[in-house]
Amino acid sequence: MEALLAQSINLFAAVLLVLAFAMIAQRRILTLIHLFTLQGASLVAATLVVAYLTGQHHLYYSAVITFVLKVVLIPILLHRVIQRLNVRWDVETLFNIPTTMLIGIVLVIFAFNLAAPIASLSASIAHGTLGIALACVLLSFLMMIVRAKAVPQVIGFLSMENGLFFAATAATSGMPMIVELGIAFDVLVGILILGVFMFQIREQFDSLDIRHLEKLKDE
Amino acid sequence: MLHLDWILVLVGAWLGLGLIGLLVLRNTAFVARVLFPAGGAVAIALAAVALAALFDVPETAVLVVGLPDLPFHLRLDGLSAFFLLVIGAAGAGISIFAAGYFRHGEGTPPGLLCLEYHVFLASMAMVLLADDAYAFMVMWETMALSSFFLVTANHRVPSIRQAGFLYLLVAHVGAIAILLCFGVLQANTGDYTFANMRAQSLSPLWASAAFLLATFGFGAKAGIVPLHVWLPEAHPAAPSPVSALMSGVMLKTAIYGVLRVGFDLLSVQIWWWGVLLLSLGLITALFGVTFSAVQTDMKRLLAYSSIENIGLLFVGIGLGVLFKAYGMDSLSALALTAALYHVISHAFFKSLLFLGTGSVLHATGERSLGKLGGLMRRMPWVGWLVLVGVLASSGLPPLSGFVAEWLLLQSFLFTTELPDTFLNMLIPVIAAAIALVAALAGYAMVKFFGVIFLGQPREPKLAEARDASRLERAGLVWLASGCVLLGLFPVPIITVIDRVTHLLIGAGIADTVRRNGWILLAPTALDRASYSPVIFLVVVCVAVLLSIWLVRRFYHGRLRFAPPWDCGFPAQTARMQDTAEGFGQPIRQIFEPVFRMQRELPSPFDDKPVYKVIIEDHFWHWLYLPIAHATELFARVVGRLQQGRIAIYLLYSFVTLIVLLLVVKS
Amino acid sequence: MTFSGLVSQLLEIVLALAFAPLLTGWVNQWRAWLQNRSAPGLLQPYRLLHKLFNKDSVVAETASPIFRIAPYIVFACMALVCGIAPTLSTDLPLAPAADAIALVGLFALARVFISLAAMDIGTSFGTLGARREMLVGFLAEPALLMVLFSASLITQSTSLANIVESLAHAPFAIYPSLAVAGVAFTFVSLAENARIPVDNPATHLELTMIHEALILEYSGRHLALIEWAASLKLFAYSCIGLALFFPWGIANADTPLVMILAVPVLVAKLAVGGMLLALIETINAKMRLFRVPEFLATAFLLAVIALLVHVLLGA
Repeated sequence: MEALLAQSINLFAAVLLVLAFAMIAQRRILTLIHLFTLQGASLVAATLVVAYLTGQHHLYYSAVITFVLKVVLIPILLHRVIQRLNVRWDVETLFNIPTTMLIGIVLVIFAFNLAAPIASLSASIAHGTLGIALACVLLSFLMMIVRAKAVPQVIGFLSMENGLFFAATAATSGMPMIVELGIAFDVLVGILILGVFMFQIREQFDSLDIRHLEKLKDE
Repeated sequence: MLHLDWILVLVGAWLGLGLIGLLVLRNTAFVARVLFPAGGAVAIALAAVALAALFDVPETAVLVVGLPDLPFHLRLDGLSAFFLLVIGAAGAGISIFAAGYFRHGEGTPPGLLCLEYHVFLASMAMVLLADDAYAFMVMWETMALSSFFLVTANHRVPSIRQAGFLYLLVAHVGAIAILLCFGVLQANTGDYTFANMRAQSLSPLWASAAFLLATFGFGAKAGIVPLHVWLPEAHPAAPSPVSALMSGVMLKTAIYGVLRVGFDLLSVQIWWWGVLLLSLGLITALFGVTFSAVQTDMKRLLAYSSIENIGLLFVGIGLGVLFKAYGMDSLSALALTAALYHVISHAFFKSLLFLGTGSVLHATGERSLGKLGGLMRRMPWVGWLVLVGVLASSGLPPLSGFVAEWLLLQSFLFTTELPDTFLNMLIPVIAAAIALVAALAGYAMVKFFGVIFLGQPREPKLAEARDASRLERAGLVWLASGCVLLGLFPVPIITVIDRVTHLLIGAGIADTVRRNGWILLAPTALDRASYSPVIFLVVVCVAVLLSIWLVRRFYHGRLRFAPPWDCGFPAQTARMQDTAEGFGQPIRQIFEPVFRMQRELPSPFDDKPVYKVIIEDHFWHWLYLPIAHATELFARVVGRLQQGRIAIYLLYSFVTLIVLLLVVKS
Repeated sequence: MTFSGLVSQLLEIVLALAFAPLLTGWVNQWRAWLQNRSAPGLLQPYRLLHKLFNKDSVVAETASPIFRIAPYIVFACMALVCGIAPTLSTDLPLAPAADAIALVGLFALARVFISLAAMDIGTSFGTLGARREMLVGFLAEPALLMVLFSASLITQSTSLANIVESLAHAPFAIYPSLAVAGVAFTFVSLAENARIPVDNPATHLELTMIHEALILEYSGRHLALIEWAASLKLFAYSCIGLALFFPWGIANADTPLVMILAVPVLVAKLAVGGMLLALIETINAKMRLFRVPEFLATAFLLAVIALLVHVLLGA
């Protein structure tokens, strides 16, 4: 049983990676939010498993916080944002999707390679997951770069945070509670600021296309 | 007599046939009916002797020809015997076909063509026998020159002259690199025999330099990206038997060169050489296959497909080098076996396809896919035989292409134990790319066959197309049966290849393979992977026959012929079929960045709307034109020195002499 | 070759031939129910096949022999696929003849022949269908191969029977790479079996059709064979997917009697699988043709990621 649970962390890691990859391939914002919610859910599951296996109680709390924030609160917020802004539809990307995915593969290889020596040193229950977590972070970063609209960028930012959080729980068996609380608040504040920011862009330019922001620089 | 002597006699016979051709310069019938079939017979004999030599000890000889004190050293070992076998076996089919192919009034007189053709064959054989740099280079250049004259057989067409020039240019740039490579290999001993080079142990730096030069030089001959530009120009320009010979056989001499230098002359392999070959090969394969899928000229399509196959060969060799460098000899043997299998398989199917286009060209006078179509009914022999080549080339079981691909993928699959994590990650990605290349090759081949032989004739004159003559058919049948036999009986072929891998890396897979009998091919262990083309074919055939019989048995077999339905659309014409451009459109769209495309779309008001798309190679504009411009610029600067007066030129010489004397004094 | 092996081999092929149309009927039924339509009977595909076999075959005047032989070749290929995929038992005498790579080659062989047959008549729809089929094929084939490879890497074998054998009879373990590969496999099977969102087998509109355009000129017994082969393909894909990702309940050489148990297990698995397929087809919309390469490229790259995950995690 223990062994299976330990293996299931790897499984959640893979799910996280697939979801990050799917986000890159996805054009519709609504589906993006669903994918993000799923990512949050698998993160919660992974955290619970790690908490059970290592017996660290504070991880249960952080699982609860993650659940409330990333599976419930933020998706709802995002849903409301896209409803209010009416930007449900297709997202234009700077590169076409297959190219982005190819870059994604390169990033995955890079991340896996970077993590391989660390993984062999680490003795934690799921040492291989560090590479996957790193790959998730890089993929989300890539998504932030290639997306032209503000909402997917925010989702990219949040999913990047998911990757970081996963690295913290799975690979290093959790950070001190206070750090996690801090991060959680940071994310919440971040999303609020970004939400306000999106409404402001929208009011200013009548569009959420962040390329309009290029006009704001000094001439 | 030794095997080597026999081979020399046979090569001499080729030269003799060529010289006889020179005597009967314009007697087409004699050249075609006597000399070319005789050449084919010599080729078969050569293959037989090579096969016998393969299982014997290496033989050496010294041939006192050429310059005084510089005799040709010759050596016949497993590697050269294997490639001689390829030349003989594929060359036989091509020669027999050529007997029916060459006709009156096509540029070069037939007798001269006969000479060039047989000199070409003989020089290829001699390249493989050469055992010193001098003999090798002489034969290498003879090969390049004779094939140049063959390419420009139809030299009154300007584009063919241009293609020939480009070919000669790249061939020479490559030859310089090969020469330099030999210079590095002899390590300042002044002894240019291969035996001496084998004895040298170079420092890793110099060994790498030699390897890089060899890769460049032989890569230019093989058509490795970015040195491939001559290939899609020269192969279509040549008469079809020559295209077949160049694509099916001559490119393999370059592979021979890489193997000879990389495994035989250099005693130690370094891992990054393998990575270099792997990546070059992969880029070449992907490049070749995407371009071949969008071509509209049937011979260019095949030429690009040759580039793809050469890429796959390089991938196999690269993998072999990589494994050898890490001391994994059995895996290295597997990868090299895959590559060598592909060498012989490609020699057969690509020759077959090129010869098939020759027949089509003769029957219709068209090379453009847009003007062909529906030839299956007019030319059933060529159609069915080419279909065999198409299936083999698409890598479909149970034909020859699949075996090579299968072995190659097998060697990728069991490699998780490389000591470098990065390489471990790279290997599956490359395997995926190989799978993609193979599937795309199928796309290109369906396009090739479908547009030429299936559908309705796109031009009225195609109705008069005649099937190939008897000799042409005989050549095609020879090659097609080669494709089938190579596909069905991999175990004996691997036993042959095993001699080569033993020679190169001291390991082979034949012992493992033979353990399971000749029906089942299992390169590592039976429970790991196995494949049996014979059972495969038998089961499929039995299933086909059984289903035909059962359907006949239980239901009536009534059949009616009617005009095509096409959703009830009444005004069907042949022009409504997909053209070659149309068939390539998805590839053009998906791989858009790979091509340099110019498109002219018709406006809605055109009376005669014309859609035009020109696809070019990026490398041409990124690499070759800048070099050409720079050369021209430099030539113009140097040209200022030319005044046209003799006195000035004498002055130059005089000044040079003075300067040199001064240098010598100081 | 043992007696029980021979029996299981024959049983497998016969079961596949007999019950593949049933699976198609089952999926169609569920699709109709989920879409709030009244469903055709479960045996509708059999009736269709019977009707088609009894009809005259109408062949276009411009057809070459390729056109007439292609349905038989496609059918034979699919029958062989069902013979080498371990659906009930892993003790199959045919299995050593064709491994996972040959399986992909077999699908490719069928695809090439059906595409050539479609081009043979020389109509606009036929060539269009051939082109689209090859377009789907050249991305789906390597993706399928990579999916099978990620299973091969785990079990160190490319023989399907051995893969399933070691997955089913080893102690239970979670393979993240197989999870990723499973997603890719789902994508590929949707595309390869001409299902929504890639193709819609229920319509005859130019914009939507791939498979239907390909077989537009076929009629009578030829069409029946092709339809049957399509059913066999769906059956084979379902069985391969179930065997790879849910390998439990498949007999092996040591336990031939499990075969008796394997049949109901397989039926149950297929029933659930068919329902899921109908569900996927219902909740998705057909995508534009230009999006299909993207969809398949995603599958291909996911399969590559599965291989990479295996290399990283060793599982």
